[in-house]
Amino acid sequence: MQQTNRLRPFFENITFDRDDNELVLNFGPQHPSAHGQLRLMLHLQQEQVVKAHPDIGYLHRGIEKMAENMIYNEFMPTTDRTDYIAASSNNYGFALAVERLIDVKVPRRAKVIRMMLLEINRLISHLFWLATTALDIGAMTVFLYAFREREYLLDLIEDYCGARLTHSAIRIGGVPLDIPDSFLIDLKRFLDNMPQNLKDYEDLIDQNRIWKMRMENVGIIPTQMALSWGCTGPMLRASGVQWDIRKEEPYELYDEVEFDVPYSDKCDNYARYKIYMAEMRESTKILYQTIDMYKECVEKNETALMAHAPQYISAPKLDLMTQNYSLMQHFVLVTQGMRPPVGEVYAATESPKGELGYYINSQGDAYPYRLKMRAPSFWHTGVLTDLLPGSYIPDVVSIIGTTNIVFGEVDR
Amino acid sequence: MRRYSPKDNVQKKPYYTDRYYVAPQVPKLDVESDEEFASDLAAIESKFTVSESYIQLDQLVVYIDIADNLGVLELLRDERAYTQLSELSAIDWLAKDGKFEIFYQLLSMSRRKRIRIKAYIDEAQPVKSVQSLWRSADWSEREMYDMFGIKLINHPFPKRILMPDDWEGFPLRKSYPLQGDEAASWYEVDKIFGKEHRETIGAELRDCAKVDRYDTERFSRLGFEVPKGADISGGEKRKKVQYQEDGGVFLIDRFDEEKTVIIRDKDR
Repeated sequence: MQQTNRLRPFFENITFDRDDNELVLNFGPQHPSAHGQLRLMLHLQQEQVVKAHPDIGYLHRGIEKMAENMIYNEFMPTTDRTDYIAASSNNYGFALAVERLIDVKVPRRAKVIRMMLLEINRLISHLFWLATTALDIGAMTVFLYAFREREYLLDLIEDYCGARLTHSAIRIGGVPLDIPDSFLIDLKRFLDNMPQNLKDYEDLIDQNRIWKMRMENVGIIPTQMALSWGCTGPMLRASGVQWDIRKEEPYELYDEVEFDVPYSDKCDNYARYKIYMAEMRESTKILYQTIDMYKECVEKNETALMAHAPQYISAPKLDLMTQNYSLMQHFVLVTQGMRPPVGEVYAATESPKGELGYYINSQGDAYPYRLKMRAPSFWHTGVLTDLLPGSYIPDVVSIIGTTNIVFGEVDR
Repeated sequence: MRRYSPKDNVQKKPYYTDRYYVAPQVPKLDVESDEEFASDLAAIESKFTVSESYIQLDQLVVYIDIADNLGVLELLRDERAYTQLSELSAIDWLAKDGKFEIFYQLLSMSRRKRIRIKAYIDEAQPVKSVQSLWRSADWSEREMYDMFGIKLINHPFPKRILMPDDWEGFPLRKSYPLQGDEAASWYEVDKIFGKEHRETIGAELRDCAKVDRYDTERFSRLGFEVPKGADISGGEKRKKVQYQEDGGVFLIDRFDEEKTVIIRDKDR
């Protein structure tokens, strides 16, 4: 018979068997802090996780299969639906892979606009991360502030391409549109406020007791584990590896702009949080520089927005309306699609989440023979298998938060 | 005679190809043109057989024997500093020669080099898991099994990852149609209602763009609306167009289709 005392609570009718008191908890698939359809089966010893088993696939739409049945340009809007928090970075990853395959030269003005879009997307994604993670941990105010800034950026993107979430703002060979008149002014106004905004967020949570308890020394990913699990982006940089594809294998004009790659060897949630904040500052820095680069392009009267490659890419609108041959070519490209040369390519880009790679195997057809998306979130979900054991239930939420996984990308 | 359509590759094909069109080739460079890649290749060749190797778009591609996959990758990881496995998957060549092509995409962070190791396997041939070298291969290999049905040796948890566990067929094979096969169209019906209700429920409509004119259960034709499930094989009657319910907006609620006149003479 159990004796009640102050230290050992007494539960009527319940006896805990010391050897077999493992509880299996189904975390999800519908859970507000899982950021999507993640089913996490957690084996618990009281509050502590002893085994974690992430189960994914609830948002699987067969995007790679769809790619095999679509012409290259047709697939572009589908890429929006993978990492839907930062859609343009997916557009860009795919466009870059095809551009390498068909070997076209993107005009400088288009490159500058692309860089603006990519960095705006990075800011959108990081702000979204900050907002939702803070909300998961209970900081409602940060959520509201961060969404306010994100809204401003979404408006900017809307001014550019008309869409807020699924942008399709980048085409193979360039960009479809020039930026609207007030874009640079609006962007600059936003950037001028950004340092103060970031400071506001940090004032709210940097030294916050609850935030620090949920973040510091929680979710430690040692460097070896991060490398072994294929972690990339902020996840890897928080684990002590200073690796940023924008810096190491520069694409577009990233070799011309000045920015730092923040990294940390603390390996915990707090380090990841710090890196997201630092990256937002770096993105702001890059965006300032792109404004100047854009003005230079205007001064030098570089107006081309799409690459000139009649075999693969339609001519500009003016030519379509005036040149017979351009119109014929355009008709063929729209109805039959471009046919890249036989070969394969793996193009990696630094998306806000990590290394976003597109592997394309082309057999000279209008449809890719095989397209494989290397989505960073896939492995950032996988690492939970090894990361969660040993941590406690409330930490699980903050760990999932800092991995910044998006299920459109995990399940594809 | 009906035109023959191959069953081993049911993916979309271009409806027109110029008879004399020869697809160009992405240039394949000699491995000797890059010193570092040449030394990588030499390291592999000293211990294993390499059937083909070239550099394409700044990445080294090496074809090896699939039996050596674990050995080659371990050598690259430990001796050649290819510390990361970026990606691992397969390509379906079953329609061409009954083989799968497996590729391992590696990255060396210290040397900023990317290399792709490839190998061919037969349809039912199992592959040694490289999960012991990189934990990330655990999930990639599960996805490869899920999508292509490639069996794995020494994998800790060889289970489907994206598709449901009891799914039939392997979706990324070329013989698998985009809209799913017969089993796919019954999957949810069986799950939700049970096999015995197949008659009543009917197969799932998996082609989301398909519109069946005579299907009054799911579709109605504008201007020809009939009660749900009505038999319209004899043709349906045209309905009066009603833009507004009675007592609606001024002018529009008095619109009567039968009394309107279409003026065809633009110079009247």
